[in-house]
Amino acid sequence: MSHHKLEARSLYFSYPDGHEAVKNVSFTIYHGESVGLIGANGAGKSTLLMLLVGILFPSRGEVLVGDVRLTKKTLPAIRQRLGFVFQNPDDQLFMTTVYDDVAFGPRNYGLDEDEVKIRVEKALEMVGIPHLKDRAPFKLSGGEKRVAAIASVLSMQPDILIMDEPTSALDPKSRRRVITLLKNFKHTKIIASHDLDMVFETCRRVIVLNEGEIAADGMAEEILFNKELLESCGLEIPLSLQNCPVCGAFKYKSI
Amino acid sequence: MHMADALISPAVGGTMLAATAGIAAYSAKKVQNDMDESKIPLMGVMGAFVFAAQMINFSIPGTGSSGHLGGGMLLAILLGPYAGFLTMASILLIQALFFGDGGLLAYGCNVFNLGFYTCFVAYPLIYKKLVRKGVNPRSIFVGSMVSSMVGLQLGAFSVVVQTLLSGKTELPFGQFLLLMQPIHLAIGVIEGLATAAIVTFIWRARPEILERVAFGKSLGGVPIKKVLTGLVVAVVIVGGLLSWFASTNPDGLEWSIERVAGTAELETPDGIHKIFSEIQSKTAFLPDYGFKTDQDDVQNLPAVEDEEAWPSVDAGTSVSGIVGGAMTLVLAAFMGWIINISKKKRGKAVV
Amino acid sequence: MSNIVDSLYNIRLLDDLARKKTFIHIIHPLIKLLTTIVYVAVLVSFERHEVSALLPFVFYPVFILSFAEIPVVPILKRVLLIEPLIIGIGILNPLFDNYSVVFGDIVVSRGWLTFLSIFIKCSLAVTVSILLVATTGMDKLALALRMLKIPRILVLQLLLTYRYIWLLIEEALRMMQAYSLRAPGRKGVKINDLGSFLGQMLLRAFDRAQRIYQTMSLRGFTGEYNAGDISKIRFRDFVYFAAWSLFFIIARIYNIAVLIGALLTGVGR
Repeated sequence: MSHHKLEARSLYFSYPDGHEAVKNVSFTIYHGESVGLIGANGAGKSTLLMLLVGILFPSRGEVLVGDVRLTKKTLPAIRQRLGFVFQNPDDQLFMTTVYDDVAFGPRNYGLDEDEVKIRVEKALEMVGIPHLKDRAPFKLSGGEKRVAAIASVLSMQPDILIMDEPTSALDPKSRRRVITLLKNFKHTKIIASHDLDMVFETCRRVIVLNEGEIAADGMAEEILFNKELLESCGLEIPLSLQNCPVCGAFKYKSI
Repeated sequence: MHMADALISPAVGGTMLAATAGIAAYSAKKVQNDMDESKIPLMGVMGAFVFAAQMINFSIPGTGSSGHLGGGMLLAILLGPYAGFLTMASILLIQALFFGDGGLLAYGCNVFNLGFYTCFVAYPLIYKKLVRKGVNPRSIFVGSMVSSMVGLQLGAFSVVVQTLLSGKTELPFGQFLLLMQPIHLAIGVIEGLATAAIVTFIWRARPEILERVAFGKSLGGVPIKKVLTGLVVAVVIVGGLLSWFASTNPDGLEWSIERVAGTAELETPDGIHKIFSEIQSKTAFLPDYGFKTDQDDVQNLPAVEDEEAWPSVDAGTSVSGIVGGAMTLVLAAFMGWIINISKKKRGKAVV
Repeated sequence: MSNIVDSLYNIRLLDDLARKKTFIHIIHPLIKLLTTIVYVAVLVSFERHEVSALLPFVFYPVFILSFAEIPVVPILKRVLLIEPLIIGIGILNPLFDNYSVVFGDIVVSRGWLTFLSIFIKCSLAVTVSILLVATTGMDKLALALRMLKIPRILVLQLLLTYRYIWLLIEEALRMMQAYSLRAPGRKGVKINDLGSFLGQMLLRAFDRAQRIYQTMSLRGFTGEYNAGDISKIRFRDFVYFAAWSLFFIIARIYNIAVLIGALLTGVGR
């Protein structure tokens, strides 16, 4: 299924103030992969994600979705296949009911109302919130908002899910729920986060960004155990992988 | 500043609603044709911002009091006249519905008073002229101040005119004007201060936001003549039509009701009256309370010349009015009570 | 700051009430909107001194309050908050017009009658507007507006404003709390701080608007907004509208209160 492939070819991006946020970034993500994108604050994660979905365009290099190059022209077709979940669900849920928010995408692609209904119900089912469909987004809890935002993207039936900090500012229970959801999705996934424990649980592959450049790209269990690498990039070994803080006992054997 | 439903007549309310709808339709067309679609969420969020900003009180220097932003001028400056006007319209609608500020019938008056004068008069004719020579804190201050004051003065004047045309109060034109204009001069100064403070901050922090509005090819020019001509035509037509209705004594709506109902006057027609007097002889609990005879001498009080609209108040009707009014209220309360009780019973039965 | 909390509470309350499913709630939103407009239009068409004929109009709000299971106290509180404004203008009437009117043995200034009339009209008009939203909700009202051929873009913009009021008021509240903790005993924000206080808030609003636009365009938004199907007006909706309109018109033509009074006092012609 080569058409689900997402490829970045030597991407560069500078902001108008001259700050070079992304430098020479290349990778290919294949169908069904789940990839964690990690890096310190300001490492360029969000910028990179915006380049992938065509909110920003690279100053050099290109993004290919399937075998189609991302340009202003191909944007509408490509965006249908990419589902981008923003960090702040309040930006993503802007309608007055959850239903209307989840229906927003399908309606914009001109589906008839019966099909929209099927899609909305399916998406709400997938994230387990059919009971919230008539609620106002601003009255949901943080965790509910987050999964509603994910549903608003699932209803477009994207091939690739891209998420910016899906577990930030969630209480433990809501966080667990989101992690369980993510693990169950069969989509190709790209998850940008500081929550390395979550990345460890949900992603098999990890890309480390440091000051706009790729510092490492490999299997999660290799990278997330690499103390020197992580610390040099302003990160640390996930808590779940650190030795016991009380007795110092090893939780996992280093690989 | 908000015009209330209770102060206007249907004719004035209807005329202003029509005028506002016309300007809104024109603005919507402008916005849709000329702007990029990213302005739509911006208008939405700006509307919410003005709402939130109105909650922030600030202390007014030299006085012990505090004031808050109105936002009409700010919206025009940041979004341009068309998008600013539309945003003001949605703010006012939400205020009318959720907070009872203004009302549904007075909605047109309010959008006109608070949105039209700021966006289509004060902004293009004053603010833009004053700031054109160069954007700097001084020109922003002078521009915001003068345009806010003028905008509010026009709005206040408009309130006075609309109220008096509606004829729902006894206030003489002069006194009302003398009351409204100075108050709104003070409010205008406060509005100007707040607007200037915010615009200056934005100009320092993110000048491109102001430049986009000021020099954007689509948002810059207001064909003020076109807008005004269209408006005047609309008001004359609608106002003319409605006042024609209204001129039929005592007012337009009643005239049309007469037509519909086929009755000529407000007095109880015979059919109903007959039935009533039959029932009433049986039901009246104060049958000897003799107001029937009083009717003729009550009107001996000297009548004021300009009072054609003042109906003959007779004591009989008045007492009936008071007793009946009280009974009406009791009935209404009783109805509510019964519905509540039966609802609760049904609720229990289901549970 | 209490007014901020109060506004938040008010919006939230009305929104919650609108999610009920009573028989008033399921009446078509356009019908409820039109009925309310007819009500207000008939109400304000009365002469400025009319008092008793206005009273039968109490039935409509009472009917809705009861059937829609709306709590009376918060609605009345909201209405009372508006009254000072109307009293401000209305109270001048007795000053300017002290021509006397005789009611049996009582002599009152005519200005007071006008004042009372304005007061009642205002209370009723405000009550029914708030009840409209409390039984319909902003999303359904938007539907009604679309049926009235209001451009979709305007309706979308209205919905966005409504949606983000909640968020921005909360933000304003947090900022105000942080400010007042560092400026004790102050009545409001200092005018010198106002620019950066509201300016910061405004810049964040701008950024938010941009992000919202991004999430919209990622989901295929190109400036045309498709809001889905409009629900149909059913027969019972027509009946509701027709029945109330008829009542309003009858109450406009006949002074029902006086008729009832006549029944009780035996005052005929």
